[in-house]
Amino acid sequence: MKLKSGDSSNALKNPGRVMREQFGIRTTGEQYVIALAGNPNVGKSTVFNALTGLHQHTGNWPGKTVDNAQGNYSYRNKSFLLVDLPGTYSLLAHSVEEEIARDFICFGQPDAIIVVLDATSLERNLNLALQVMEISSKVIVCVNLIDEARKKKLSINFNELQKELGVPIIPTAARNGEGLQELQSAVYTMAVEQKKTWPKQVPYSEEVERAINALLPKINELDLARVVNPKWLALRLLDSDISFIETISRYAAAQKQTTVALQDQWGELTL
Amino acid sequence: MTTLPVPLSTLKLGEKSNVIHLDVKGLLRRRILDLGIVPGTVLTCIGKAPAGDPIAYLVRNTVIALRSEDANQIYIDSKLNC
Repeated sequence: MKLKSGDSSNALKNPGRVMREQFGIRTTGEQYVIALAGNPNVGKSTVFNALTGLHQHTGNWPGKTVDNAQGNYSYRNKSFLLVDLPGTYSLLAHSVEEEIARDFICFGQPDAIIVVLDATSLERNLNLALQVMEISSKVIVCVNLIDEARKKKLSINFNELQKELGVPIIPTAARNGEGLQELQSAVYTMAVEQKKTWPKQVPYSEEVERAINALLPKINELDLARVVNPKWLALRLLDSDISFIETISRYAAAQKQTTVALQDQWGELTL
Repeated sequence: MTTLPVPLSTLKLGEKSNVIHLDVKGLLRRRILDLGIVPGTVLTCIGKAPAGDPIAYLVRNTVIALRSEDANQIYIDSKLNC
């Protein structure tokens, strides 16, 4: 891997970015990476196409986006790389799709994550939103299919939902382009202006919280704790989620390797 | 009033009832919880495959088909919710 000197210093400051290459994602200079997550069949690919102007195949059957698809768009002179993740109900089970989505959210270091929800079945969709909010604070919730919800005479109090979740909520009907301006603006505010959010965290029982607190000091010593939410790591350990613990070790090793390689290269450049 | 838990598969076409508890372990339990089936959730039986398996249920506005062997590990209130 040949890097220009400018890239190398940036990469050193932010080793997390280097991890993206593990996912086959190459950003050019100042490009922001935005992940698109959501339950199956909520219109993620429609949102993706509407933002990027691409024509990725959309269709009403599950498992359509198995590997991730990528596309670019520009907004206010900034370039964004949108990554369309496979549809999942959860980040905790173990289908291939779920692991792709989970690993990207954990280790891909996106500058923002858009969680697309189906306005007609919010209750069921919020499970995934809460799980993503547990890992990352860079979450924007896009409530899609509001045209369908209107047809079904559902009315949603978006202000109340935003207050309750503590992250930006953007209603859209991607099919007609409704709300896309607002979505782009929210992504800009989060990725470029790095506006902080305070996503609602699910409280656990006193017993579990005590166990988390016992693990946290050890976890915080790890480099990984800067990349992945330490509390979430503690929960996975308590879950004895073996497959995820193996994945963590793999990424941690890869990250170390890239950092060392970059340091060597950067060392040569400064000599 | 006490509730009597019975397996989900006893629900007949068009009937609905509340989930009492899940006798499912491991990954399947995780999956079922993720699909929104938790104690208190209302399930409606809306269709059966010709052989009687799988069975389609309405869960929080979404249709989910379950194998009988899995549905048998989900316990619902014997008193119907209609």
